[in-house]
Amino acid sequence: MKRISRDHKVRNFHQAKWDEPIIFELSNEGERGILVPEAEEEIVKVVGDGVSKIPESMKREKLPNLPEINQKRVLMHYLRLSQETLGGDLNIEIGQGTCTMKYNPKINEYIARMPEMTELHPLQDESTVQGILEIIYKTDLCMREISGMDQFTFQPGGGSQAIFTMASIVRKYHREHGEENQRDEIITTVYSHPSDAAAPATKGYKVITIMPDEEGYPDYEAFKNAVSERTAAFFVANPEDTGVFNPRIKEFTDLVRKAGGLNCYDQANANGLLGVTRAKEAGFDMCFFNLHKTFSTPHGCGGPGGGALGVVKELIDYLPKPIVGFKDGKYFLNYDLDKSIGKVRLFNGVPQTVLKAYAWIMSLGAEGLYEVAKVAVLNNNYLFKKLLEHKGVDAPYIRGKQRVEQVRYTLEKLAEDTGISTEDIARRVMDFGMHYWTSHHPYYVPEPITLEPTETPSKEDLDEYIRTLHHIFDEAYENPEIIKNAPHRSTIHKIDESSFDDPEKWAPTWRVYLRKTEEE
Amino acid sequence: MKKIGLIVNPIAGMGGKVGLKGTDGTHILDKAIRLGAIPEAPAKTIKALEKLLPVRDRLLIVTCSGNMGQEEAENLGFQTKIVYKPKKTITDSNDTKLAAKKIKEEEVELLLFVGGDGTARDVYESVGNRQLVLGIPAGVKIHSPVYANTPEKAGELALLCVMGKNIAVREEEVVDIDEEAFRRDMVRTQLYGYLKVPVDKKFMQNKKAPTPLGEEATQKAIALDIVDHMEKEICYIIGPGTTTRAIMQALRLPYTLLGVDVVMNRKIMKKDASESDLLNYVNQYPSKLILTPTGGQGYLLGRGNQQISGDVIKKVGKENIIIVSTNSKIIELRGKPLLVYTGDKKVDEMLKGYYRVKVGYGMEVMYRVEGE
Ligand SMILES: Cc1ncc(COP(=O)(O)O)c(C=O)c1O
Repeated sequence: MKRISRDHKVRNFHQAKWDEPIIFELSNEGERGILVPEAEEEIVKVVGDGVSKIPESMKREKLPNLPEINQKRVLMHYLRLSQETLGGDLNIEIGQGTCTMKYNPKINEYIARMPEMTELHPLQDESTVQGILEIIYKTDLCMREISGMDQFTFQPGGGSQAIFTMASIVRKYHREHGEENQRDEIITTVYSHPSDAAAPATKGYKVITIMPDEEGYPDYEAFKNAVSERTAAFFVANPEDTGVFNPRIKEFTDLVRKAGGLNCYDQANANGLLGVTRAKEAGFDMCFFNLHKTFSTPHGCGGPGGGALGVVKELIDYLPKPIVGFKDGKYFLNYDLDKSIGKVRLFNGVPQTVLKAYAWIMSLGAEGLYEVAKVAVLNNNYLFKKLLEHKGVDAPYIRGKQRVEQVRYTLEKLAEDTGISTEDIARRVMDFGMHYWTSHHPYYVPEPITLEPTETPSKEDLDEYIRTLHHIFDEAYENPEIIKNAPHRSTIHKIDESSFDDPEKWAPTWRVYLRKTEEE
Repeated sequence: MKKIGLIVNPIAGMGGKVGLKGTDGTHILDKAIRLGAIPEAPAKTIKALEKLLPVRDRLLIVTCSGNMGQEEAENLGFQTKIVYKPKKTITDSNDTKLAAKKIKEEEVELLLFVGGDGTARDVYESVGNRQLVLGIPAGVKIHSPVYANTPEKAGELALLCVMGKNIAVREEEVVDIDEEAFRRDMVRTQLYGYLKVPVDKKFMQNKKAPTPLGEEATQKAIALDIVDHMEKEICYIIGPGTTTRAIMQALRLPYTLLGVDVVMNRKIMKKDASESDLLNYVNQYPSKLILTPTGGQGYLLGRGNQQISGDVIKKVGKENIIIVSTNSKIIELRGKPLLVYTGDKKVDEMLKGYYRVKVGYGMEVMYRVEGE
């Protein structure tokens, strides 16, 4: 097909701007979306009025403060809001590094929305839900193959909850072994996800963080000094958020095992490792994957995520109940786990998410998963090479070597040269219908950007993203004011960020907003 | 009408271009001028003040006559009020001190000063941490984080202050190096005090985790961890610094910011202890030593806490040293080790190695300590 070359071009984009109030402000007293018809007399005769049976103590005294709006207005409201967001399916989603924003196949959404799935109830008898139990069971088998672990649970609703579950298992394990009080420390690394520190901390653990050495690997000497008879566990991501893979990971896990601790692997960064390395061979006792990242199911806004948590044989008994088993030709819910930590979420987690992940895995097969990893790494290293070609852009650590699936870049030089910071550029990227994310706080890498292309974008998409960033980096040197005042084509302009770290100024709900503004 | 103070140290930075590493002391200045040094400060002052042009009509610049501020401000068309006139044409550190005192009396929103570490020390001597100030970098030596990164950045921050934007305030260290040692290529900083400076909250924002703790909140968290785990009948020697001060504040005890305080059973034993006081305590009681590094260079010992001598440390024992630091100070080191310089080579050697640095409540970072 003949095409006009657009190589030199960045996109001419403009985000919709509706100045749309929030839904509570749209409320008009007495306005109705639906008038629910009164029950017919015959029905009332049989089942009552539906209200008087409710115990007095449970009845609310005041009507709920819900907005009163007609149907059309509700529809307009949400369509407008949707136009004001930079949807994952609209933009080249490379900028949300560490989040593995890959394409969520729409056919899998379709499958998950079929009544065969949506009409199920978690309290149904096992014999009537054999299909979904089979899918959970088989997804477990796939996960075992991918990781080398011996049993998975899909109860955690996301990565952080999976980390929390691992920390709960660590605590229970040491309690069973009479060492709960002695082992009060967990070790993690700076470039692992902050939840690897935060979730164990909420379980009461003291957290010791290992800094990177000059090459960006966790400092082994520091690690040796940190491991002791007080070590409960080691929580780590590999590759870390820098895209650097620690090839000596087995030495780390061996050290912890010898000291009596457990090894917990944050495999939320697994997209470049499918079919390449496994948790078991690296010496881990547990690991988790994010179904909403590596396994293609949508992130939060597209429905709940899923943290698939796997453990070695010795730890199966500790898993949250129930897990799915298979016996005598039947799938069943296995509650027979005598050291179980209990539950971390209702029922069996989020089966729709497991279903979508299963569909994705089966559509690719083993070779396909390996191909995913290869393409994700290739895409990343192509982007890496191209971005480093620009003045002012760099990436610390392992110079001259490849990264796995993502890279944390630094714009420190560019900021020094031009006075333009990474946050300034993050705003300007919006003008081209894209975005990027900087990094976790605090910024260990100065002026960071973290990019993770995944296997999704084509070379054309990658080139557009690169072209756009190069264009903006050029602007930083030639016309910094345009960046300083960005965004110019977005829904909202620069916002006052001064209250971001002041909880007094936050209004997470409408009710809080009313209370706080009334006081003023 | 808003008021902003301005002090220009007109000779700041003159030594640098001719390779002299600082201009503290008049004979050095003479030498600099003979070597052909030209003033750096005026241009940098103007770069900063230009950022204030949008509010020129609403602003009064309280400053000193001639090349100590008046010229730059009036060149840009600002209204000025002159509250100090230097006696000589070649100004010195006394002029900065006197000017700072006068300007403080005028109750300015913010005091801008142009210079280097020496200038910051002079300002500190006059206003302590009772006045919001901000440094415009022009000097040869700038180790004190009371300076903005660039003159432009200083101007932008000043503008935010004038516009009454909600900006964060932080106490930052005034450090200076021993210029004699520096001319021999040794960098050894001393901590002189703390100045109150505005900080750009933009650099604290965080998108994935919405509640980054500020510097002060972090210090409080560290202090609570220390206080919750204090043992009875142990003598705690608390080194200088704002992070260690938070411990004294959590205990509701009197303290010295730059000195060394001694605490036992949650009571103050000695404020501003000398070396012999410390030896006295450590010889009598099992002791622990709590230290925090200086920002930027990461000196734990040998930067204004000489009371904590090699002999004191030997008696306390390496395993009883507790290091506390906010994460941001650790990040600023960019992988460089924390430093000790006690003057006793053997002690420095003994102190080397990895330590658990307390960075929050129940949060530690493994970090390396080395000799100078
Ligand atoms: C390495 C890593 N671990 C854990 C998580 C947390 O996962 P979730 O967002 O599902 O809680 C993430 C999410 O970005 C991650 O990148």
